[in-house]
Amino acid sequence: MSDSPAALETAHNPQLRHHFSDMEQQTQASTFGMWLFLATEIMFFGGMFLAYLVYRYWYYDEFAAGSRSIDIWLGTINTAVLICSSLTVALGVKAAQLGKQKLLVFLLSLTMLFGLAFLAIKGLEWYDKYEEHHVPGYSFSAADLIEKYPQLHIDPRPEQIYFSLYFAMTGLHALHMIVGLGIFSFLLYKAIRGTYGPDYHTPVEIGGLYWHFVDIVWIYLFPLLYLIDRKPLR
Amino acid sequence: MATVAVPVERDNYINHEYGMRSWLLTTDHKRIALLYLASITFFFFIGGFFALLIRLELLTPAGDLVLSDTYNKLFSMHGQVMIFFFLVPSIPAVLGNFLVPLMVGAKDLAFPRINLLSWYLYIIAGAIYLHCIIVGGVDTGWTFYTPFSTAFSNTKVIEAGIAIFIAGFSSILTGLNFVVTIHRMRAPGLTWSRLPLFIWAHYATSIIMLLGTPVLAITLLLVVFERAFNLGIFDPTRGGDPLLFQHLFWFYSHPAVYIMILPSMGVITEIVACFSRKRIFGYSFVAASSIGIAVLGFLVWAHHMFVAGISLYSALIFSILSYLVAVPSAIKVFNWTATMYKGSITFSTPMLYAMGFIGLFTMGGLTGLFLACLGIDVHVTDTYFVVAHFHYIMVGGAVMGYLGGIHFWWPKISGRLYPEIWGKIAAVTVFLGFNLTFFPQFILGYLGMPRRYWQYPPEFQVLNVFSTAGSTILAVGYVLPMVYLIWSLRYGKPAPDNPWAAAGLEWTTQSPPTTFNFDETPVVTQEAYDYEHIPAPPLEVAL
Amino acid sequence: MPDISSIWPTGASTVAGNVDRLFLFLVALSALMSVAIFITIIVFGIKYRRSKGHEATPVEGSTPLEIAWSVIPLFIFMGIFAWGAVVYFGERTPPRDASEVYVVAKQWMWKLQHPEGAREINTLHVPAGRDIKLVMTSQDVIHSFYVPAFRLKQDVLPGRYTTLWFHTTRPGTYHLFCAEYCGTMHSGMIGEVVVMDPHDYQAWLNQGDAFGSLAANGDSLFQQLGCPTCHRFGVQGRGPVLNGVYGNPVQLEDGRTVVADENYIRESILSPGAKIVSGFKNIMPVFQGLVNDEEVNELVAYVKSLSPPPSGASREPSGLPAGAETGNPKD
Repeated sequence: MSDSPAALETAHNPQLRHHFSDMEQQTQASTFGMWLFLATEIMFFGGMFLAYLVYRYWYYDEFAAGSRSIDIWLGTINTAVLICSSLTVALGVKAAQLGKQKLLVFLLSLTMLFGLAFLAIKGLEWYDKYEEHHVPGYSFSAADLIEKYPQLHIDPRPEQIYFSLYFAMTGLHALHMIVGLGIFSFLLYKAIRGTYGPDYHTPVEIGGLYWHFVDIVWIYLFPLLYLIDRKPLR
Repeated sequence: MATVAVPVERDNYINHEYGMRSWLLTTDHKRIALLYLASITFFFFIGGFFALLIRLELLTPAGDLVLSDTYNKLFSMHGQVMIFFFLVPSIPAVLGNFLVPLMVGAKDLAFPRINLLSWYLYIIAGAIYLHCIIVGGVDTGWTFYTPFSTAFSNTKVIEAGIAIFIAGFSSILTGLNFVVTIHRMRAPGLTWSRLPLFIWAHYATSIIMLLGTPVLAITLLLVVFERAFNLGIFDPTRGGDPLLFQHLFWFYSHPAVYIMILPSMGVITEIVACFSRKRIFGYSFVAASSIGIAVLGFLVWAHHMFVAGISLYSALIFSILSYLVAVPSAIKVFNWTATMYKGSITFSTPMLYAMGFIGLFTMGGLTGLFLACLGIDVHVTDTYFVVAHFHYIMVGGAVMGYLGGIHFWWPKISGRLYPEIWGKIAAVTVFLGFNLTFFPQFILGYLGMPRRYWQYPPEFQVLNVFSTAGSTILAVGYVLPMVYLIWSLRYGKPAPDNPWAAAGLEWTTQSPPTTFNFDETPVVTQEAYDYEHIPAPPLEVAL
Repeated sequence: MPDISSIWPTGASTVAGNVDRLFLFLVALSALMSVAIFITIIVFGIKYRRSKGHEATPVEGSTPLEIAWSVIPLFIFMGIFAWGAVVYFGERTPPRDASEVYVVAKQWMWKLQHPEGAREINTLHVPAGRDIKLVMTSQDVIHSFYVPAFRLKQDVLPGRYTTLWFHTTRPGTYHLFCAEYCGTMHSGMIGEVVVMDPHDYQAWLNQGDAFGSLAANGDSLFQQLGCPTCHRFGVQGRGPVLNGVYGNPVQLEDGRTVVADENYIRESILSPGAKIVSGFKNIMPVFQGLVNDEEVNELVAYVKSLSPPPSGASREPSGLPAGAETGNPKD
């Protein structure tokens, strides 16, 4: 094994960590590790999705009203923003594989810009909720929803649960976005310094995996929070 | 097989580099294992101190040693410290970290820096929890049941929740490291069916750590959010459901008990094989049973909720599943016993701990059958019967396995032999003290004494006095190894590379190993536990 | 009361005997298994000890043996499960004509309301030889009603009812414990269940304070709160007629059918918008915050009194699948 041409070549790869026998082992281990980590993240968000499932079943009308009260256009724009950012990430990985450093730097920067845009829009949405007294707690009021949707049977007490879940789920998602931005800052810094190329671009790949995961979580959150009941009410 | 002690100190992972920085910034899995050893021992004694105070209070029926609120904090923090800061890390973070790379023939774990991060997360979590204790502690029970924890407790629930949340991350990263290492870094020739069962046990444990711990993380986070931001997810006055909390909590906390016992079972397998000089009986069944326990362990959580208000039908399903998960554990006990058949047995200290484990784990496991039984559980749940059951498994089982493992691999880890006579004395003391402490609690439970009781009716006193008496003996049994193991670091006989003539790649290295473990990557050609071809050590070393 | 030297609790319900028998069987089985394993290990340890010069003989394994000691325990376990399930099933299906007592738990006391009107704190008087069903709720956190002599306990939850039933056997005074940790005085939330000879029980009832029966109090509360404005008798008003509602299926306007058990009635008072009866509008005022738990119990007792007394097979309100539709968690 240690005499193969590939090993002889990669034995000189400065990125090879000493406890691995060759680059292939290192790359496979890193990628596998990231997939495992994403599995833990699925379980993490899964707990909240379970809570959501249970309460939506019990308090459908309250959830329907809550869903109607958040801005579907901002949500849709955010979805598009994230999907575009996943595209730039995937293109970035390709750029790294092909050794196109300038392109990689550009795409990583664009990805981060999209991420920041997402967070900004999210902040706007949260502010709207704050203004409308839909933040759970002492100043919460569902009176406007009860008035606006007489066709729905809204009990103000569990109405808070929809918004508690809204803030918890979008909040934790946003936190993961922020961590993603941190990761991509690091990747950007290294990319500018020319660390990534055809011989070594694993961090870009696994950073990309993480970003895609955060995107997928949003793809689930969007219909679950924004699209519960949008048909016209009689 | 070197059986003569080497007098000159060779270069090894301990003396290779000196200084605080070389330890606190190490990425050597062996040094990280020692960092963990020191930290979890510290927390063990904190949790043990709380336990002693609890037992002292329970000497008399009246609440006359501490205030009721203090007592409530004592049992809550005893549980949290022992589970999250001692038991869950114990074997994986100490013995697992040290041995997994050695046993698979690797130079280190897959992600050495993440390993160090894992320790730092544990330390940060521990520091936050210590602070929580100092500023008043937490009194929700280790289980944080809502709505008491979210809306009624006046203690530091948020701090404790955050500390345990962070400790959970430490756990997840350890599990992640193990899975990747075992999959990707096995030496040439080391197929899955040649792996030591210690590795299989840690693999199964790591799966549980990875998949279960995040659920605890989100559950605790939601409790913290509810307290900090007044979200109403578990608040019954706002339509929330306290049972939802229980389902989410136990979905992790039941598999967690398998995190705490599986590594111990792995240790026992290694010890029984070595001290019977025989391949373990039924290797593939023992390996499969570890995986079986991990999988089935995720399906039984609501057996903690039989009287909580779940439906009759849910209860029936969870009861059946709980009986299923008992089968793989039984298989292990039978296989260990069968390994001794026609073996060549010595009763060194590790073997004494292993024997103690098998006995006490059997009793604890059998009492699990009582609890899985719906008709009986209604009577004994939330009583001292449950307390006795889980202490038999976690203390009589897991801790004894941990101590047995520490003794078994002590020569490898430290390069010294511990004093065998003191090892035996401590093992016997622990065994006797343990039984005196916890057996009376089965009786107390059936009599009806509820758990978490600061004061109790006088007719329960006699059994409580027995229990407290036992706990003092148990405490002595735990202090003894602390003393003589530390003593042995300076004054113990230097250890040969393989004092037990044990099978396993770790024993082919130096005692203690060099920083990079192996000079050359080993190539494996034999099945595990190849005792047929390994001559036994001279009797005087073994006994 | 059990005395200090006893290690066996007295039994005072029909269930106690069943549970004890099952328990003793398991003790015997466990003792057998433990002793078998211990003796085997000790025998092997002595017989094959190395100091005797014994060399190990390699024995790989034995698949038939593995299968045997997996399948046989499995069958035994299924047997234990079945026996335990039968006992449990009996514990969770109260007879329809059981006398009821309402229990409200709060930090840190038990409040009990007898249907005849008697109220107690921390002590529950019941007649011997009768079926008694407790309908329980909590004002604050989760508690658990535990009577070791009956071998029964049931968690008591805020926001919904849980039930516990028993058939008392021998008169005596038995411990009542709270068995779910609930804060500072969890260990002080204890009391007594006093099982009395039926004559003595009647006498006790008669000499108590004249509170009026639960249902009668519920009736006057019903009037006071203005309920008859919509829930009229004999003629359809803006709300459903309540005669005969309890215990029977109700068609909701979203198509579901639920059974009107205690939790349904409680929810209809505290959160009426959760389930609207088919053909009616969502105009009932919300009474959450206007009535406390004891008053809800009175109203529930009153509505129950408007249905004919139950007869026939026993049924637990919370055990039926329809009970899950009440918007509250399944019992």
